[in-house]
Formats: sequence, structure tokens, C-alpha cells
Amino acid sequence: MRFEARENIPRWLPWMAVAGAGAGTLGFAAVLIAAAGAAPLVGFKELFIGSFGSRNAITETGATATPLIFTGLAAAIAFRAKFWNIGVEGQLYAGALAVTYFGTGIIELPAYLMIPFLLIIACVAGGLTLLPMVLLRQFMRVDEVVTTLLTNFVIILLVSYLLEGPWKDPYSLGWPQAAAIIDAGLLPQLVPRSRLHLGFAIAIIAAIVIWLVHSRTIFGFSSKAVGLNQSAARHAGIPVTRTIILIGLLSGGMAGLAGATETIGLKGYLTLDLSPGFGYTGIAVAMLGNLHPIGVIFAAIFMAIIYVGADAMSRAIDVPTYLADVIVATTVLAVLVGLVLVRYRVLIRG
Amino acid sequence: MVPLLEVLKIRKSFGSHVANRDITFTVNSGEVLAILGENGAGKTTLMNIIFGHYLADGGVVRCCGQELKRGDPRAAIEAGIGMVHQHFTLAENLTVLENTLIGTQSLWKPMLSTANAKQKLVTLADQFGLDINPDAYVHQMSVGEKQRLEILKTLINDCRLLILDEPTASLTPQEAVGLFKSIHKMVSSGLGVIIISHKLNEIMQVSDRIIVLRAGEIVGTVNTADASKRQLGEMIVGQKINRPVRRSSRMFDPKIKLENICTRKTNLHAAGLKNINLAVRGGEIMGVVGVAGNGQRSLAEVMSGHIKPTSGNVIIKGVLALKYTPMSFMEAGVAYIPEDRTNDGVVGDMSVWENAVLTETKNTALVDRMTIVRTPQCRSTAEHICITNDVRFQSINQPARLLSGGNIQKLLIGRWFARSPEIIIACQPSRGLDEGAIGAVHQSLLAARGRGGGCGADF
Repeated sequence: MRFEARENIPRWLPWMAVAGAGAGTLGFAAVLIAAAGAAPLVGFKELFIGSFGSRNAITETGATATPLIFTGLAAAIAFRAKFWNIGVEGQLYAGALAVTYFGTGIIELPAYLMIPFLLIIACVAGGLTLLPMVLLRQFMRVDEVVTTLLTNFVIILLVSYLLEGPWKDPYSLGWPQAAAIIDAGLLPQLVPRSRLHLGFAIAIIAAIVIWLVHSRTIFGFSSKAVGLNQSAARHAGIPVTRTIILIGLLSGGMAGLAGATETIGLKGYLTLDLSPGFGYTGIAVAMLGNLHPIGVIFAAIFMAIIYVGADAMSRAIDVPTYLADVIVATTVLAVLVGLVLVRYRVLIRG
Repeated sequence: MVPLLEVLKIRKSFGSHVANRDITFTVNSGEVLAILGENGAGKTTLMNIIFGHYLADGGVVRCCGQELKRGDPRAAIEAGIGMVHQHFTLAENLTVLENTLIGTQSLWKPMLSTANAKQKLVTLADQFGLDINPDAYVHQMSVGEKQRLEILKTLINDCRLLILDEPTASLTPQEAVGLFKSIHKMVSSGLGVIIISHKLNEIMQVSDRIIVLRAGEIVGTVNTADASKRQLGEMIVGQKINRPVRRSSRMFDPKIKLENICTRKTNLHAAGLKNINLAVRGGEIMGVVGVAGNGQRSLAEVMSGHIKPTSGNVIIKGVLALKYTPMSFMEAGVAYIPEDRTNDGVVGDMSVWENAVLTETKNTALVDRMTIVRTPQCRSTAEHICITNDVRFQSINQPARLLSGGNIQKLLIGRWFARSPEIIIACQPSRGLDEGAIGAVHQSLLAARGRGGGCGADF
């Protein structure tokens, strides 16, 4: 068996690979559900009902997808330019810290000013968190995988310190949590009496805007060239360092928005369990979405369906919730294999 | 006598493109066979099939009468075929000796056994005049030394047939002469050598027999003693070659002037510049010659705004350059065609049209005020560039990496010339190109000179 590069890749082929990977994963999940002692079809039915079957299920899926769209965008923007930002988790918390600092009473504005202000602040905080690592890579060739990954721990420990110490809410009965965001700073609900908030719409709009920026503007064109071949881009007069810095700010900014919308949209206050690893899952979302902003929306919603649905499935037919993680991991692996098959065709013999 | 290598009816196609069509030839021991052909004529594909990197669609390769297992480089090595690729395959962080041991030692042995290998290496190096220090690290070595190491690597595996792909592409003339002496010593001790090259002069000098490939087929086999350069050139291209004629042209004022330019060393191997003074006038082509690594790259990069000199002035069309960025020099009328066209020239994974307009990020005809790319205009501009410069491709949307070297160079030249530059800096613009493409490149440079542009060309 050997691989041979394809000369012309039809446009639909990458999407076929992603769809094929999804189907393959469901088949694998069916085996696991059966191994756990339940009927696979019943399991899938429960999974679907749990994530899509009722108003409550749909809004819950949307709420779970929101941070994943933002972190998926953060990873996709950076990865497309071959900047391996593994620090989305830390930048997410940086955004959350920023909205907590400015949103708990230090500034009071009417809601129509307060919300944009908090979102911008979070965006800036996330971007600035990533900026030093961008500069270190660009000017001193320090490996960004290491720096961005380690920054996560620094920021999470900073959050932990602030929540246990100076920022601890005196009314929280000893729990490490910050004071609540003021009412004017909270995102309105999209559907009444649900957890689906305005952040979901903002995430979709952000993905569409980034898609347009990528595909239509000179910045998108330059960042594609810089990502694929920095040296050729420099020789063609594209300002490489400026482009990479902008990419870093945009990527960190999206991560910051994830933290902000979770804080002011879902929870209302900052805690240490704000993100159960959304930053890392975002990498998987970006890969699953083929690093395409619109692909990221679908990938994030898919992941949310699996996570929310697997919870419901485990309650209904008594299979472990870990199945969700297995399904997500298998999907990402299957997609990566699928994308290799997009670039190469397999020849069984000769 | 059984020939060293027999190639019988080798066929290979990639999709609809036929790379090799019924190729048949033999190599005897003690013989140097040269394979000539244009970029994309199928030479490298053929060698990769013989060496087992590619699987042929049909045909047989026999070594000393024994059929080689298809698609297995290990079988080829064991049969005594050694290949030195144009781009070296050495581990830079290991020594010469360790590089020759790669692939020869069992993974389960705790220590390398080096004494015998070192003795063999030194003997072989002496025997064939391949001067090398077994304990030097590869990253400290020059291109010529690396190539000698590549050859020794094959010899230490008891190679009887050596395949050299473009062996002189990056050698200085002196190093090339040394290489040819070694090749003579090897064939007189009974080895067979296949050499692939564009350089007719060298082929005439070193080979015994010449095969010419065109569009995947053998179009002729000649004994070197009976061949003429003109005849070979026409066989390669398939038509008469029109070499551009250089006529004298009017000289204008200096377009670019360097005054006492000094630069820092950019890396260990390249020299910095010391007090360089030169001026290139409009209508003039200035050639810069010298052994690679003596500051040519620094000179080109200073003149194109890529590096800032530590002292001295660059004066473009009478104006002192203050800002050293590629874009500011481009806006002043400089075009820089870099030496390494695949790494510094095109973005291989972007399409042909995107590469054709890569330099135009500030062109108001292609980008509107909101910095939106006007895709239709970009495509038509790219098509125009490709047509006027005879860039051949299957689709303007195909990735640029699928173009042949000559077409990539024509694309780059077309893209830069579309900006109507007044100063052109071209580094080794015809390197690795076939006769037809070289003619086209020289023709474009002469045409630019005729329009009053000044060229600084490093040949």
C-alpha cells in the first residue's frame, strides 16, 4: 500500500472527508455503546433527543457551543498562519479576568455601552496575553508551543490566587468566586428562561466576519501567504511581522471573548471552573472545522451535541458519560486521517 | 558481458500526465552515462523508479542480470545502486562518519562500531580523491564537502552504480572539476555512473554516452565523442534554440548607487560586506560573480531592503534610502528575484493566480479602499502575466508547487516585471533551468534593460 499525491483536489472532497469521518465515528461509537450493554440505536436516539429533542435541549446545546466557537476560531486563526497557539485556555481566563475587573462595579454604564465595552476589554486582554509569545517567536525564535502552553498555568494560577484572595466575594460563603457582574454588564438571554445567551449570536457573527476577513481582505490574503511560506511572503513585500502580530491579537482576542461571554453570559461571576478545558477542546474544534471559520461553527455545534447528548444518553440508558470524550477524540482523529486522504490517494497495489 | 544496469520498457504516469513512456537503456561498468532533458522531461521520475522510490506502471529494472524488487529502495541499495540527490539527505547534527553509518547498524546494538567503518571511509576517500574529514560535523561543511560525503555514503554500501542528480548545480567550477576527477577514478575502477544535468559543457566533458529525454520519451542516444552541443540542445528542446542576442543599448543615469556599504555577517557561512561602492545605470546589466557565500546574498538583500547596512548609503534614483523594508524598496522601483525560487519566491500551496499577484498588496487596481481584494481583477491580471511570460499550467487555480522549476521562474519574473521595475536584482536567475527556459529568462532581462531599467544580476 502506498500514498500518491493528488494533483487537483476538488472543492467538495475535504467536506466529504469530514462527513465520512463523522459517519465512521458514529459506527465506532455504536460498538462502544453495545459493549457498555445498551442498544446502539436507542443510545443514538437518546443522544439526539438529549441534544435536540426539546426547547431546553436545543438551547443547552447552543450555550455549550458558544465558547467552543470562540476558542475554535482562536485556534483556527492562529493555526492557519502556522502559529501554534496552545494557550487559548489562558487567554480565555485573561478575558474573564478583564470583564470581572471592569464589570463588577468599578465602571457603571448603561447596558448598551457596558456590554460592548466589556467585550472589547476582554478581546484586548486576550490579545495582549498572546502578544509577548508572538514577539518572542518572531524576534527570538522561541518555540510558541512551549510558551503559550506554559502561560496557561501562569494565568490559571493567577486566577486561583485572585479568587482565593483579593477578589474573593465576601458573600460567597467561602467559595473561591469573584463578585457578581453588575446587571448592566450581563448578556441578555436569546430565549427566555434558558441558558442560551446573546454570546451565541455574537460567536456566529464573529465567525462570519472572520471568514469574510480571511477570504476577501488583503489581511486575509497576507496571513495565508505568511502562514504557508513566510520567506516568500517577505520577499513579495508583505510585512510579515506586522501580519503575525495582528494574527496573534485576533486569535487571543477570540479566546478572550470566550472567557467574557461565559462570565457575563452564562455564569454571571468568575469561578475557577469557568472553563472545563474549552481552550484545548477549541484546538479539536478548529481541526474538525478544517481551520475554516464556518467549519468551526459546525464543528463546535457538533461537539456540543455530543457533550450535551451524551449526558442525556448516560442518564437514560446507563452508559458512561466518558463516551462523549471518546466520540470527540475519535472524530478528531478520523478527520485528521480523512484530510490526509484528501491530499493523497491510497494505492493498494502498484 | 552482462550490463550493470538494464532498464526495460519503463512506463509511469501521474494521472493524465505521462512522465515516462517505454524507457529502455543499459549502463555498463566503467561507463558514464549522461541523461539530458528539459525540466519536467521525466529524468528525476526515471531515477526514482530505478532507485525504488516510485513504482513504475510497467517495465523491469535489472541489476547485473537480476531483476530488482519493485518499489523497494533497500533492494536497490543491496543490489549496489547508490543515488545522490540534488538536495542532500544528510543529518546536519551528526559527523561525517556517523552519517555514513546511518542505516547500516542494528537498532538493538548499544554502541556504534566505528573503527572498521572509519578505516573503510578513509581508504575509499583516498582511493577516489574524495577529500573529507571523518570527524567533522555536517553543518560545518561546504556544499562540495557535503556532496563528497553523499558519494562516500553510497560507496561505503558497496555501490557499483552511482546516480548523480544535478551534481554540479551548487558547486563552484573548481569543486566541479574535482568531482569529475573522482568520477573518472570511480569508472576506471569498474563502477558505472549515471549523471543527470542541464549543463551541456560538463556533460560533454565527463560522459561517455548521452541519452536525451523529451516529454517522457528517449529521443536519442549518442556517443559523447560524436555529439555537438548545438545538436544536443536542439534534441533537448525539440526545435531550434533562439539564443537572445545582446545589442548595445543607451546608458542612462545611475538607478541605484551603493556608497561604502558594510553589513554584519548574517550567518556563519556567508561573509558580510565591507565598504562596497557600486552604481548601476539605466540600460545596464551588471554581473556579480564570485564563489557562493562571499557576500552575494548580503549584497542582494541590501539592494532590495531586506537587511539594513551597518554603515553606508543606498541611493535609489538619486534619493537616499532611509527605510529598509522590502515594500519601501519595491515602491521605489526595485524588483528582487531571489536565488531560491521555491522557498523565497512562490508560496507553493497557494494557487498560481494568488502567487502572480502576491506582490500587489498595495496595488489600488486590485485592492479597493476597504482593503478588499478584487478577485476578478486579480485573476485577469494573473492570466495576463502568465500569457505574456509563457507560464504553462493546467489551471490557474492549481497550487504553484505543481509547476516545473522553469515555469515557476517565468511566473516570478512575470510578476516582478508587471510592476515595471526600474532596478532588477536577479540572483542566479537561470539556475537549474533548461536551455529553452534560460533563453526566455535572458530575453526578459535584456528586454527590461532596453526599456531603461538597470539590472544587477548575479550569475
